[in-house]
Amino acid sequence: MRFEVDGRSVYAATGAVPIQRARAEELPLVLFVHGAGMDRTVWSQQTRWLAHHGARAVAVDLPGHGFSEGPALSSIAELANWIASTAEALGDPVHVVGHSMGAFIGLETAAQHTDTVASLVLMGLGAAMPVHPDLQAAADSDNPLAADLMAGWMHGPDQKFGLNPTPGMSMTGTSRAVIETSPKGVLANDLTMCANYEGAADAAASITCPTTLVLGRLDRMTPRRAAQPLVEALGHARVIELATAGHAPMMEEPNVVRATLADHLAACR
Amino acid sequence: MVEPDHHHFDTRALHAGQRPDPTTGSRAVPIHQTTSYVFDSVDHAAGLFNLEVSGHLYSRISNPTVAVLEERLASLEGGVGAVCTSSGQAALHLAVATILNTGDHVVASRNIYGGSHNLLNLTMPRFGISTTFVDPRDPNAFASAILPETRLVFAETLGNPGIEVLNIGAVAEVAHDAGLPLAVDSTFATPYLMRPIEHGADIVIHSVTKFLGGHGVAIGGVVVDGGRFDWAADGKFPTLSEPYDGYHGITFTEEFGTAALSMRARAEGLRDFGGCMSPANAFYLLQGVETLPLRMARHVENTHRVVEMLDAHEAVSWISHPSHASHPDHELASRLYPNGAGAILSFGVHGGRDAGRRFIEAVDLASHLANVGDAKTLVIHPGSTTHQQMSAEDLASAGIGEELIRLSVGLEDPEDICDDLSRALRASQKS
Ligand SMILES: Cc1ncc(COP(=O)(O)O)c(C=O)c1O
Repeated sequence: MRFEVDGRSVYAATGAVPIQRARAEELPLVLFVHGAGMDRTVWSQQTRWLAHHGARAVAVDLPGHGFSEGPALSSIAELANWIASTAEALGDPVHVVGHSMGAFIGLETAAQHTDTVASLVLMGLGAAMPVHPDLQAAADSDNPLAADLMAGWMHGPDQKFGLNPTPGMSMTGTSRAVIETSPKGVLANDLTMCANYEGAADAAASITCPTTLVLGRLDRMTPRRAAQPLVEALGHARVIELATAGHAPMMEEPNVVRATLADHLAACR
Repeated sequence: MVEPDHHHFDTRALHAGQRPDPTTGSRAVPIHQTTSYVFDSVDHAAGLFNLEVSGHLYSRISNPTVAVLEERLASLEGGVGAVCTSSGQAALHLAVATILNTGDHVVASRNIYGGSHNLLNLTMPRFGISTTFVDPRDPNAFASAILPETRLVFAETLGNPGIEVLNIGAVAEVAHDAGLPLAVDSTFATPYLMRPIEHGADIVIHSVTKFLGGHGVAIGGVVVDGGRFDWAADGKFPTLSEPYDGYHGITFTEEFGTAALSMRARAEGLRDFGGCMSPANAFYLLQGVETLPLRMARHVENTHRVVEMLDAHEAVSWISHPSHASHPDHELASRLYPNGAGAILSFGVHGGRDAGRRFIEAVDLASHLANVGDAKTLVIHPGSTTHQQMSAEDLASAGIGEELIRLSVGLEDPEDICDDLSRALRASQKS
């Protein structure tokens, strides 16, 4: 689907189910927000399923990512404002599901735009997201090594062997291709934003909307302990810990993430 | 600088796509000899049929044993995913049928496997898909042959039978400049010697029957999806970028992005054309892939010994292998193929068609048959077999002299291979 936000064209996957449909207002509107250097397709195991299971699903490409018009925005705060504008364009409060940088964006949006965000489901995040200097350097020079490094760190040890939940697909291969084909400069910009964002714990402390955290115990990009300050600041959040997941539970444990989304939305009703 | 945290190639040849079976502890890949898979619930079944959730539902579309081979080959090639097929021919057909529609056009190398040439030259035109064949050594020839309705550029990484070495990067650039994907058949090279996606190819096709399987026991093919091509850029590829009624209006690029091609090839191509690989064949082929690095290194080593021997033999009029200084692609091959340009070569025997026949009749260790890429050394004389009905002139224009012998060098002791060939060469000269 294509629509406009702040005068620019935005692309999103809706699971091939139009969000304008009969009795749409009865269905929660769920906005999926991807992480650094990625796009809407990281949610392909959830978008289409949710669209057929009682929700309107919108997995956006952030500005300058995937098929959305650029330029990419340059701070988490700007992206939070953009999410608020996007929710307004879609016409409803939104449940934000965010991964990694998208989780930061979710936190900041919920803190700054309390009426816009109905609830949060966040995964692959820590209170801070420092970036390995070699990764930042490779991204800064648009070296495809950056995609390779991220794909290697992103997934749990099982995915190094494979056995992808989607028959015939390589998870590390797919993650690498998504990052490698992101427009020039976008990954470097995203990583810098993540490293520079210091508002996560404060945002978390102010958030009152229903929140679920999905945390992989084998996450090497944002280790489980890095999320602990957020777990404490949020207080009320439901925490789902996955023993064998890495940084990308929506790909690594798609069944659990789908079930978690269903439970979360049911509890929000 | 830190290194990417992936297992190395030889490790992935053994492990990619598999963990020991969680219920039985089976270390080898189990043969899941089943047609179908029990659903958890009606909702789960509906979700699988509608591509809302992934998993196995029927072995025409996917099977756990075949999936291990697919993921392993995707990993070795550096692609996003792979779809295995009943044969190498089925793989080429699947790629073409997934991407092209009636009225579309292919630009292909003219030096490709005869079966692939037949498919593109004679069979696909019946379905409204035409092909222009060009010299694979000339990237400009590909560019000149591109028409407004062209949708695919196709070549072999190592050609047939002259082992023409494709300049993958240059031809990929030609294709990409025209907004087209480059598909390569890399059967002769295998990912051990060449990973075309790293050089800009978008799709890699193999006859897994050959060196990947490596033992001449099972027929199979694969389409590996590189995942880097933008199918949605200009509306040229509606099967991937437009809604498809086959799954309630799904648009593969919207939903799956980099994986659009492999998802459509499976969801439509295997579902409707049905050219799937059997789990037993996947198991046999996996046994081969496990030792691919060891075998290919030895295939290449033996090939170099054979080339040396042929070079010194007075019954041999010429040798065509990229490792030989006389080969037109010798330079390019030493750059693109540091580990060797494969184990298939051809050579000429003095004395034409009759001498060729006498050579074939005199070999003892080498097997006379129509295949390549077995662990055993194979020979064929196209002039008296596959191409016997052609005149000397027609053979020449196909690049196949009457005196041409094609050799697929095996893993026997190189002394024994050389002894056998040189004895047969002597016999070929006695009329
Ligand atoms: C280069 C090449 N491609 C494709 C094929 C076809 O493969 P299959 O026999 O597995 O259908 C062959 C078979 O000889 C081949 O040599």
